[in-house]
Amino acid sequence: MALQAITANRLIDGAVVYLSAEGAWVPSIASAALAESEDDAAGLTAAGERAIAERAVIAPYLIEIERGPDGIRPKRHREQLRALGPSVSFGRPAAV
Amino acid sequence: MPLINAQGCPLPDPWLLISDQEGIPESDAIVVPIRRWCAERERLIARQARTGLVLKSGEDVTEILPDLAHVHLIALEFPKFTDGRHYSTARLLRERHGYKGELRAVGAVLLDQLEFLQRCGFDTFVLVKEGAGEAVPGAFRQFSVVYQPAADERIRAGELRKADRTDHEQSRICVGSWAY
Amino acid sequence: MYRYDSYDRQLVQERVEQFRGQVQRRLSGELTEEEFKPLRLMNGLYLQLHAYMLRVAIPYGTLSSTQLRTLAHIARRYDKGYGHFTTRQNLQFNWPSLADTPDILAELAEVEMHAIQTSGNCIRNVTADHFAGAAAGEVEDPRIWCEIIRQWSTFHPEFSFLPRKFKIAVTATDRDRAALRVHDIGLKLLRDHRGIGFEVMVGGGQGRTPALAKTIRPYLSAEHLLSYLEAILRTYNLLGRRDNLYKARIKILVDAVGPAEFARLVEEEWRQIPQDRVDLPEAEIRRIRAFFAQPPFETVPQLDPEFELLRRGDRAFARWVKSNTAAHKQPGYAIVTLSLKPHGGIPGDATSEQMDAIADLADTYSFGEIRVTHEQNLALVHVRQRDLFALWQALIPLDLATPNIGLATDIIACPGLDYCSLANARSIPVAQRISLALQDLDRLGAIGELKIKISGCINACGHHHVGHIGILGVDKKGEEFYQVTLGGSGDETAAIGEIVGPAFSSDRVVWAVATVIETYLARRSGPEERFLDAYRRLGPDPFKEALYAAH
Repeated sequence: MALQAITANRLIDGAVVYLSAEGAWVPSIASAALAESEDDAAGLTAAGERAIAERAVIAPYLIEIERGPDGIRPKRHREQLRALGPSVSFGRPAAV
Repeated sequence: MPLINAQGCPLPDPWLLISDQEGIPESDAIVVPIRRWCAERERLIARQARTGLVLKSGEDVTEILPDLAHVHLIALEFPKFTDGRHYSTARLLRERHGYKGELRAVGAVLLDQLEFLQRCGFDTFVLVKEGAGEAVPGAFRQFSVVYQPAADERIRAGELRKADRTDHEQSRICVGSWAY
Repeated sequence: MYRYDSYDRQLVQERVEQFRGQVQRRLSGELTEEEFKPLRLMNGLYLQLHAYMLRVAIPYGTLSSTQLRTLAHIARRYDKGYGHFTTRQNLQFNWPSLADTPDILAELAEVEMHAIQTSGNCIRNVTADHFAGAAAGEVEDPRIWCEIIRQWSTFHPEFSFLPRKFKIAVTATDRDRAALRVHDIGLKLLRDHRGIGFEVMVGGGQGRTPALAKTIRPYLSAEHLLSYLEAILRTYNLLGRRDNLYKARIKILVDAVGPAEFARLVEEEWRQIPQDRVDLPEAEIRRIRAFFAQPPFETVPQLDPEFELLRRGDRAFARWVKSNTAAHKQPGYAIVTLSLKPHGGIPGDATSEQMDAIADLADTYSFGEIRVTHEQNLALVHVRQRDLFALWQALIPLDLATPNIGLATDIIACPGLDYCSLANARSIPVAQRISLALQDLDRLGAIGELKIKISGCINACGHHHVGHIGILGVDKKGEEFYQVTLGGSGDETAAIGEIVGPAFSSDRVVWAVATVIETYLARRSGPEERFLDAYRRLGPDPFKEALYAAH
């Protein structure tokens, strides 16, 4: 099975978060808890359900992770953007 | 989930919901699916006790329009609260076809729809969730102003303004942040 | 512009309180996300890729300087110091927190603004010609009718749970600057011996199944607008499909029953509506009309001699005048478009600093009013010619003077996968790269009018279907690819663009656009033949050959 992590958006401010090994929902994917088996993945999913009930997050889902030279990163392009933020520099009037 | 009226007060609910197959009791107030009404209308109209019908979203009221005087309750069932067809059906029953009986909203009915439902002509409601309690009466009047006429008695702002306009306001011209 | 009276203010404030209550019930757990989502959508609050996104309504694209300053303040206080102007004349904040949103809405309400019905399956912001009140040949200001529709459609109890979103646009000139034919309802004001009326068009839209609206009634007396709209909306509410999200717009219904039958259904419904009850009283129409009276223009000559001198003497100024100003109906005045498309920048974004500066410029030069165009730019529409030079000079350090309006670097791009959870591909970086590739001003002018529109997914918020060159981002096996369409148009000669062939990789899409432009330049009948006209004359083949024939 591919490596997986679970991600969601924080209810209060919509920030992208990942479940860490310590059971906290953190903004940095580098700290994400990784599931290597089906059982682990089920555990992540259950943690997501609990976090919904606790009103900590919304819309949790599993994502595939790959290990690269610089550490772990999501497999899907969309998830990479979610982890890193917009690829364009915003809030400035001038050109890139 | 109690039945409530448009003031948010709980009401007793004497109505029995009778399915397609069940026998029809003679002395209870019963609600049947519209299909059954159409199939057995003479018998149902002839009953001494009150009879009502329930419609799902997308079911057509046209066939029962001639019978409206004999219908004491119409329940419109919302499959999801995002399915808004019954708002139109309710208005047509009230405003176009003169239906005077009870119009009940059932199914996926949440606190936040109550004011719009009531404006469209519903007078009783079965909320899908318990526990709204104190919030219910206020839910019927979250807005003190309406911009359009509906099945209710509320007067739209456009009409109210006619009544309280002054000459001074009439002569103002406004562009951007500036008034002349 | 329209100013709220106590009724309008009351409603907006009550809405803020209602939403505050809904947020509290969500945070306390009384409402689940499934129950809360449609409620927050009806206040324009989306969940996007990185954060919530709040879409603020800018009714018919008109802002006072006070309102623009408030948007600047909100961006600074609650967001990251900028906002994004959309193709429906609204503004989006990309980073508000749910907890702050009731306070944001409260601050907006203070200046007669809101986020009501900017999302959800309800009637959305009614858009208008962004040059309303300034362009020549107007029957009357279309925003009068936009405001009338805005009020009628706000918290309409019957039409708040439609099959899908509903978009209405209004114009009043033969030139269509509001893309009527790709709206659910397009209304064109006209006047004949019967008086003021509307041509009513229904069933346009972009997205998965793009369609051009059909005229179901060539003339509707203006006084009956609201009752007729009620007939259309009720027909749609009852008959529109509810089983499939992608088949739920009114365009699908009009196509399924046919325009003639749809028109008949509407007419039959309309005949039964008590028009004197639904239509707005004449006195109320007059009251609203008065807010859109002409500003107190000065009487000045058609051509200001000093302006003319400066224009002849300063090439850069002349270039800007040519592309970024348009003729005003009042002699001696001009319509100025502020470009939010600096070369290499993010199309449609403005910082708080820019917004504050624009508000000041509006006060100085344009009666304190700003317009949001459909092409993600802003406009000051009542500028005296004699002030143009000073205005231009003020815009340059703000990076709002790029002389590219309507030209190839005036690109429309949706937020795309950088922001939007619906997207398949990024659109902003593509816009930036195209913009940088074409930034030579002489070349830009030589190419002439060319509208490039980019969408990051099939929902077409970038309006790519009506781009002269349209670009649609797709996901092919996890990679970003871009499909090119040609010959679309959103004006009165509306057309849906045609796909030229297989999608291009991210590396190749800029080359593809450049090749299309080269082909046009080589094959046009002369410099006066615009891209769109050349395409219509030549057809797609020369372009397909240039893009795909093996070399």
